Amino acid sequence: MIHTHENSDQPVIEVIDLGIAYETRSGDVEAVRGVSFSVKPGQTLGLVGESGCGKSTIAFGIVNFLGANGKITGGSIRFQGNELISRSDAELKRLRGNRIAMVYQDPMQALNPSVRIGDQLSEVLTCHTDMTGKEAWERSIAMLERVYMPDPADIMNRYTHQLSGGQQQRVVIAMAMLNNPALLIMDEPTTALDVTVEAAVLDLIEELKDEFQTANIFITHNLGVVARVSDFLCVMYAGEMVETGTAEDIFKRPRHPYTMGLLASVPRLGESKTDSILQPIRGRVPPPAARPRDACVFAPRCDYATDECREDRPSLIPMGTDHRARCIYAREIESRQRTRRRTEDKNLVQDVGERQLDQEELLRIDNLKVYYRQESNSVVSILGLGEKSYVRAVDDVSVRLSMGHTLGIVGESGCGKSTLVKGLIGLEPVTDGSLEFMGIDIQHTVSQRESQLIKEMQMVFQNPDSTLNPSYAVGRQIARPIRRFKTVPRKQVRNEVIRLLKAVRLGEAYYDRLPRQLSGGEKQRVGIARALASRPDLIICDEPVSALDVSVQAAVINLLLEIQQTFGSSMIFIAHDLSVVRFFSDDIAVMYLGQVVEIGPAESIYDPPYHPYTEALLSAVPIPDPEAEQKVLRLSGTIPSALNPPAGCRFHTRCPRRSEMLPHGGKICEEQIPPWQSGGRGHRILCHIPIEKLSTIDPVVHNSA
Amino acid sequence: MNEKRTTASPPADAQTFVGSDETRGILRGLSRGFSFVLASKTATVGLVIVLFWVVVAIFAPFLTLYTPYEQDWMSPNAGPSSEHILGTDELGRDLWSRLIYGARVVLVILPITENFWIPGGTALWGVLIALLIGTTLGLVSGYYGAWIDELVMRLLDAMMAVPIILLYLLIMASLGASAINVVIAMTIVGTPGIARLVRSLTLDIKTREYVKSAQTRGESPLYIMFIEILPNARGPIIVDSMLRVGYAIFAMGTLGFLGLGMPPPSPDWGSMVAKGREFILMGSPWASLWPSIAIASLVVGLNLLADGLREESMRYQ
Repeated sequence: MIHTHENSDQPVIEVIDLGIAYETRSGDVEAVRGVSFSVKPGQTLGLVGESGCGKSTIAFGIVNFLGANGKITGGSIRFQGNELISRSDAELKRLRGNRIAMVYQDPMQALNPSVRIGDQLSEVLTCHTDMTGKEAWERSIAMLERVYMPDPADIMNRYTHQLSGGQQQRVVIAMAMLNNPALLIMDEPTTALDVTVEAAVLDLIEELKDEFQTANIFITHNLGVVARVSDFLCVMYAGEMVETGTAEDIFKRPRHPYTMGLLASVPRLGESKTDSILQPIRGRVPPPAARPRDACVFAPRCDYATDECREDRPSLIPMGTDHRARCIYAREIESRQRTRRRTEDKNLVQDVGERQLDQEELLRIDNLKVYYRQESNSVVSILGLGEKSYVRAVDDVSVRLSMGHTLGIVGESGCGKSTLVKGLIGLEPVTDGSLEFMGIDIQHTVSQRESQLIKEMQMVFQNPDSTLNPSYAVGRQIARPIRRFKTVPRKQVRNEVIRLLKAVRLGEAYYDRLPRQLSGGEKQRVGIARALASRPDLIICDEPVSALDVSVQAAVINLLLEIQQTFGSSMIFIAHDLSVVRFFSDDIAVMYLGQVVEIGPAESIYDPPYHPYTEALLSAVPIPDPEAEQKVLRLSGTIPSALNPPAGCRFHTRCPRRSEMLPHGGKICEEQIPPWQSGGRGHRILCHIPIEKLSTIDPVVHNSA
Repeated sequence: MNEKRTTASPPADAQTFVGSDETRGILRGLSRGFSFVLASKTATVGLVIVLFWVVVAIFAPFLTLYTPYEQDWMSPNAGPSSEHILGTDELGRDLWSRLIYGARVVLVILPITENFWIPGGTALWGVLIALLIGTTLGLVSGYYGAWIDELVMRLLDAMMAVPIILLYLLIMASLGASAINVVIAMTIVGTPGIARLVRSLTLDIKTREYVKSAQTRGESPLYIMFIEILPNARGPIIVDSMLRVGYAIFAMGTLGFLGLGMPPPSPDWGSMVAKGREFILMGSPWASLWPSIAIASLVVGLNLLADGLREESMRYQ
C-alpha cells in the first residue's frame, strides 16, 4: 500500500529564481522575488519569516492559486522534472495530478461542516482513483488509524464540529496523505493549536514524512516549530529569500542580520529577565509597494547597514555547503556578531536584588470559584425546573501577588486563565471564594466598585486589531481614562497623554492618528499607554504579544519590563507561550481545567520537581534550537469538559506519570483530590505523587547552550 | 532604572509608512464623504439622481410660473407644451409645478399644519425617527441581552409579523390622513427592521476588546452603547437608512394612491397617479406618468447610492 517514490535523489520540487507579483490599481507590486530551493523525497524545507514576507504566496504560486490578480513574473517551478510555469490548467492538472497536497492553518475551513468526515475522506479516493466506495471507506479508516485517531470507524460517521481542533487537523493531514502525495505543502498547520496538541501533530508530521517519503514544505513564523521539523530552511524577508541552508547551520551560525535578529528576539525556554535581554529588530516589514528594488531590503532595519547596502541589491553569497546568505557582509558579519544576550553585565538586566520574598501583598485570591450557568433550551430548564448545570471555569483557585512582582499564568485554551482574570477585574461575577486587593474586598463586579478601586487595576488586551476603537484618534482614547479618573487637572490632559505616548516610545505625532494608520505593534503600545493612563498598581496583560510578529514581540516585552521598572507596577501576565512567561514573570501559576496545579517562583517551575502536566507542557514547547535535547512526553486524549470535570485529580485522565509512579496504577488519583505538596520557597504542586519522587525526574530540556 | 536597557530597545519610530495627520473639521469630512461616493460609479449615478430631486424640491417656487393649485380651465389634460412643459391634469393644473411641489413634501418640508412646516421631508423624518427609536432599542437589546433582549425582540417580531401594507393601512385609517400621521406610520413600520440590524451589529461589536477595556474602566452602559459601539456600527446603518428612505418614498406613494396620504388638494405623487389613472386610456397618460417616473427614479437613485456606498466600504475593509 505504501510505496516510496522512485529515484529518491531527484528533487520532487525545484524552484529557481521565482518571482511573483500582484496587479493593483497602481501597477504591479512584486510580492516575491529571487526565491530558489529544492526539496527531495523525505526532506522538509522550512519557509520561515514574519507576516507579509511572502511565505504563503510561494505556496500559492506552486499550486497555482494566486487568484485573479496574481501572476508569476519569472523563474521556474519544476515538479518531478516537469516545468509548471506557463502551462494551461489542463496540462497542470495532468502533470500535478493528485501528487501535491496542501494543509492549511485552520482545519475548520478545510473541512466541510455539513458532510461527514468519512464521506469527505473517501471522496478524495473515489474522485482521484477508480476505487469503489467501500474500498475507499476502508482505506480512509486505515489512514485515520495511521494518524492516531482514537476509534476511527466512529470518527468516520461524525461531523467536523464534533472533533477537537487537534483531531480536525489530523483529519486534514490524513486527507492530504490519502493520495500518497509526492509533495505536501503545510501552511502554518499548527499555529491555531495548543502547545501539547501542536507537539503531537508535529511528531505525526515527522513520522509520516519518513514513512511515505514525501517532500514537505513547511511554512511557519515560529522558529521553534521550524527547528523541530526542518532539514533545510529558507528565511524569507519582505518577499526575498535572505538566507538558506541546513536547519543546523542557520540556527548555529546565522549569517544574515535578519536571521540573527529573529533568533535574538525570542526568549529561549529557561531564560529570564534576570539573566538576559531580548533584542528586537527595529521598524517593521515594509509593505510590498515600499520595498527598494535596487538595494538590500533589510537595510533600513539593519544595524550593520552601510551606504553600500543601499546602493545595490546583494546576491546570495555562498557560505559553505548549501548555506547562502543575501548580505554583502555575510562573510565578515560573524566576527562582528552582536554581543550574546546571555550577559554577565548586570546593568543590562533586571535587578534581582530588589526582589524580596516578604514584600507587601497586593492581591490575595482564596478558593476562588467562577461558574457559568449552562443554558439549555429544553422547556424544563426554561421553566427553571430541571437540574442546573454549571461550567466550572475557575474552581478553587488560590494565588498571591506581591507588590511590584509579576505573576505569570500559563495553561492551554479552556484552562480558565482568562476567566480568572475576568473575575478579578470584575467583568464576571464571582461564585464563591474571596478576592482581596490591597486589603479591600473586591468580590463584586466592576459596576459596583468604587472608581478609586477600578483605576488601580487595568488591562492590556491580546488582539491589536480590536484593542482600540477604530472610530477615535489615539490621543482621545488615552485621554478618556485620564479624564474619567481625574488623574491630572483638566488642562493638563493633553500633556499627560503625550507623556504616556512617549513612555511607550511613540511620539507626539501619534496623538491625532487613527488606529487604522498604526501597525500591530504600535496599536499594542497605545493599548499599554491606555492601561497606564489611570496610573494603576496592577496591570493585567492578557496575551499581550501572542498576536504580534516575533521581532515586534520582543520590543513590546522590553517595553512592558521597562514600564514595570519605571512605574513600579505589579503585573499579571497571561500567555500560552511558556518561554515568554518564564522570561517575563517572577512567579508562575500553571492552570489545568479551572485549577492551579503548580505554583511557585518562575525558576522552580522549569526544573524538577514538576507537576506531570507542567512536565508535559514543557516537553511540548518548540525550542528554536535543533540540537536542544528535549524529553518527549505527550498527553493522550483531549481536555475533559469543565461542565463535568473528572473526580479526584482533574488531570488523572491524561496523566502520563501516575501509573508508573504510584501504586495500583494510580487508583488514588481517580478517587481522591490530591494534596498540595511543598517544594520549598513557595513552590507548591497539586499531586498525589510524593514530591521526593517527582524530584527524581530528569529535567525536560538539556540546553546545549 | 538603568539607562542601558533603554538603549537596548530602540524606539520603533521608524515605523511610519502611513499618511498625513488627521485633520478634523466638517468641511474635510464632507469632502472625504464626497470623494468616497465619487469613487464608485454606481454611487455617483445615484447621487446625481437624488441631488436632482433635492435641488428642484428646494428651489421649487423659483422653477415654475404656476402654483400647484392654479387651475387652467382652458387646457385640462393637456400634453407637454411650451406653456406647461409637462402638461396639465384633469383640472388644468400644471404637472411640473405639482411634481416639484410634491417632491418638496417628500424631501424638504414636513407640513405640520396648513401654514406651518418644518424642514426635512416627510420621508426623511419618518426614517430619522424610526432610526432613533430602532437604534436605541437595538443597542439596548443587543448590549444587555438576556430577558431584555427577549422582550424587545419578541415585541418587534410581533410587529413584523403584520404585512407592511396592512400595517400602513391600519395606522393611517385609524389616525387619519396627514403628513404627521404618515411620519408616525413610517416610524412604527420602520423601527423593527432597524432595531434588528443594530442589535446584530451590537452583538458583534460588544465582544471587541475596546468595549471590554471600557467595561474595565467602569464606564456606564450608556457611554459604552452610544460612544464606543454606535460609531462603529454607522457604516451599515447609513447604507440601510438610504434604502429605507427609498422604501418610505414608495410607501408614501402607495398611501397617496390609496387616498391615505396628504389630504387633497396638496400635490402628492401617489394621489396624482391615482387621479390621472382614469385618463390614461382616454389619451392623456401624462398626469399619472410623471409622478410614477418621479417615484421610480428617486427610489432607484437611493438604491444605487446605497449599493455603491456598500461596495465602496467593503472594498476598504
